[in-house]
Amino acid sequence: MTSHTTPLEYQSEQTQMNILGFWVFLGAEIVLFSTLFASYFVLEHNTAGGPAGQDIFILKDVLIETFILLTSSFTSGLAIHSMRNHDKKGLLIWMIVTLLLGAGFLYMEINEFIHYVHEGATIQTSGFTAAFFTLLGTHGAHVTFGIIWISLLLVQLVRRGITVKTSSKLFIASLYWHFLDVVWIFIFTFVYLKGMVM
Amino acid sequence: MSLDEFFVTGDPLIFASQIAIGLTMVGLIALITYLKRWKWLWSEWFTTVDHKKIGIMYILSGVLMFFRGGVDGLLMKAQTSRPELGLLDAQHYDEIFTTHGVIMILFMAMPMLIGIMNVVVPLQIGARDVAFPKLNAFSFWIFFAGAMLFNLSFVIGGSPDAGWTSYFPLAGKEFTPGVGNNYYALSLQIAGIGTLATGINFVVTIIKMRAPGLSWMKLPIFTWSTFITSIIIVAAFPILTIALLYMTLDRLFGTHFFTVAAGGDPMLWLNLFWLWGHPEVYIVVLPAFGMFSEVIATFARKNLYGYKSMVYAVAGIAFLSMLVWVHHFYTMGNSAAVNSIFSLTTMMIAIPTGVKIFNWLFTLRKGRIEFSTAMLWSLAFIPCFTIGGVTGVMLAMAAADYQYHNTMFLVAHFHYVLIPGVVFAVFAALYYWWPKMFGFKLNEKIGKWHFWLFVIGFNMTFMPMFFVGLDGMSRRMYTYAESTGWGAWLGFSAVGSLVMAAGFAALCYNIYWSFRYASRDVGNDPWNARTLEWATASPAPHYNFAVVPEVETLDDFWYKKKKGKTGLKKADLKPVHMPSNSWTPIVLAAAFGLVGFFLVFEWFPLAIISAIGIVVGLVANTFDYDDGYHIPVEELEEEEREWRGDLQ
Ligand code: HEM
Ligand SMILES: [Cu+2]
Repeated sequence: MTSHTTPLEYQSEQTQMNILGFWVFLGAEIVLFSTLFASYFVLEHNTAGGPAGQDIFILKDVLIETFILLTSSFTSGLAIHSMRNHDKKGLLIWMIVTLLLGAGFLYMEINEFIHYVHEGATIQTSGFTAAFFTLLGTHGAHVTFGIIWISLLLVQLVRRGITVKTSSKLFIASLYWHFLDVVWIFIFTFVYLKGMVM
Repeated sequence: MSLDEFFVTGDPLIFASQIAIGLTMVGLIALITYLKRWKWLWSEWFTTVDHKKIGIMYILSGVLMFFRGGVDGLLMKAQTSRPELGLLDAQHYDEIFTTHGVIMILFMAMPMLIGIMNVVVPLQIGARDVAFPKLNAFSFWIFFAGAMLFNLSFVIGGSPDAGWTSYFPLAGKEFTPGVGNNYYALSLQIAGIGTLATGINFVVTIIKMRAPGLSWMKLPIFTWSTFITSIIIVAAFPILTIALLYMTLDRLFGTHFFTVAAGGDPMLWLNLFWLWGHPEVYIVVLPAFGMFSEVIATFARKNLYGYKSMVYAVAGIAFLSMLVWVHHFYTMGNSAAVNSIFSLTTMMIAIPTGVKIFNWLFTLRKGRIEFSTAMLWSLAFIPCFTIGGVTGVMLAMAAADYQYHNTMFLVAHFHYVLIPGVVFAVFAALYYWWPKMFGFKLNEKIGKWHFWLFVIGFNMTFMPMFFVGLDGMSRRMYTYAESTGWGAWLGFSAVGSLVMAAGFAALCYNIYWSFRYASRDVGNDPWNARTLEWATASPAPHYNFAVVPEVETLDDFWYKKKKGKTGLKKADLKPVHMPSNSWTPIVLAAAFGLVGFFLVFEWFPLAIISAIGIVVGLVANTFDYDDGYHIPVEELEEEEREWRGDLQ
């Protein structure tokens, strides 16, 4: 069943199932984030006298965050490309770059949150802030989890090299990372841009 | 918080239970130690990844939870058996209908069905296990941690009391300041993780692990229902996750998702709850439909009538189940247009359901019916469930629902779908697949007692509730005045619940009796059945199939038996790969349970410390490269020889 063209990570039945299982899990994640978005749209204008989106958002910082995260998605793609070429060093380097970008994104996001709190928008202020912080917080928590997870996978990569198992794990982690990027694009469009113009 | 706030005090009923629980725990620990069974428990059960054992543990938990939920039900029936009784006060009644509802649906129905899915589905598709055996063990233990956490509320801290639906604003901190509803949010969250993992596991198992030749339209109908149920789980449970997250944030961290004053919206909770909740009722009923289909086909000695239409009907029900959630709050301020649309979608569900009912009837037609206990449950299901279905269509009419909404009529309706649909199915499945799990049958004679007592008791209990409901009795009323005239109906209903309880007692006695006395000589195929799970030994060996069977048709095993092609050639045996046991699932689940417990009491430092347990478990898990082990051919040969006459 497995020919020469089959990528390494698909070369055992178990890793094929792991990858399929992860896709199904991403399906559940889509429902999860859809629920967060839907609730945000319901509560978006309920500011209860507190600040609204356009009062506090700083578009420049958000643009930089977006740029960083998009780049990290690209570098994680390069990492998987190196993996397919059995280039362990390239894989390692591009993944580390990905993680550093992820950490940079997180750093900026945390600063952004601190700024909002100074502006008087805490998670307890209104329906809007509750939905806003929960949506972004869930995304940020996913990024944090991803950084720790991928770091652990890199330790395994260093110890074991590119095998069917390690490659499938890193491939799955890269799917996860791309997914977070897609979610961020929705956040950028429907939370920030929409919040600035409407 | 002082100690007497921590433990629930002041109620003699609860005090007695606290003592009983304490004594039982001490007794159990002493007994296991005395019998020197700890090591056995740990290595054979607590760390097992075998889908059959996990299934049995699910079923056992389900039976225990049925007992707890049933006692709640009996207490409510006792309280309303006469007008103005004082057995339970209003607060206590609130707590009991809340825990009853949550336990019956999430901690009784779900584990029973998931347990049977676990035991049966891998065998039905000719697989050695599920796709992710370790994740499967984790699913069970985390469900168990959630269930235990929920049950703890009753003696420590106080039970939730805002109904199983926990509508806001009632369920908010302002109106229910105790910890009870924290328990609700956190224990459902924890158990929900396990359900989601199960859903993913079964989707992948059924897509990827079917035996060679077992194409989709040859799949046993129970496997089909499990597959579709798993898809609904994946689609619906994340919604509950978010709803519970909001509830937790509102209650523990003072956010305003659902509090109107600060811009929240209680209707958001209702929508999210039922966006999950309605699919959830199909999550519990679809596998049950599959079980009945298997049992009816086996004991009518015919293939299932309209197999393909059955599959499409299940898929259709699953699809529609996502589009009906508003029917739970027709009366709460929707426009007429919205109500009409949801009336229509709701009534449309009756169409595929009707298709299934007729298919079962046509399967029975001209069959050589054998009235085994499993079959009796399936036969009783059809009329009882139809009553539930027809009253459901009555409730679906938005305009009429203004009369029925939140009355006892509704309570009678959903018990008429849930009890025949889920409980009868689980009973049928237990009688039917018992030999597959344990190698002996449950006693058929005691089974008949169980059946008649339970079915008669069930109808006695819930039929009168339709009438008091139509007469205006609303649900969740802890008592009523003599002048309402409901006393006679509800008194009769309470007697009925005792009859039903006697039926359950007969089941427990049956299990006890059969473990001790039933004949162990039942062969691998005691019912002359049709599907693959019966092609291997009963109880199934831990590797399930010595040689993975090749499938040619629907009901393959039935036709193989007719052609005498069920034998096994020694030359075909190859070493079998098996997954190793693992300690991470149970330890992770325990850590989740602890974190949940500390969060209930808002003891954040302790919660964070326990969360380290979760991190350790996850890290250990990702560094675990255990590849399992192989069972050598000699061992297979020996085990197979024990039950087959035909090993060549
Ligand atoms: C074993 C026999 C059972 C008895 C005697 C029983 C009895 C009752 C009673 C008296 C109520 C409360 C009615 C009210 O005052 O509003 C109730 C509510 C409920 N029951 Fe049962 N029941 C039984 C089995 C089940 C089963 C098997 C399920 C589900 C699988 C179930 C699910 C529920 C739910 C969801 C509620 C609503 C709770 C709420 O109002 O929040 N029951 N039951
Ligand atoms: Cu519904």
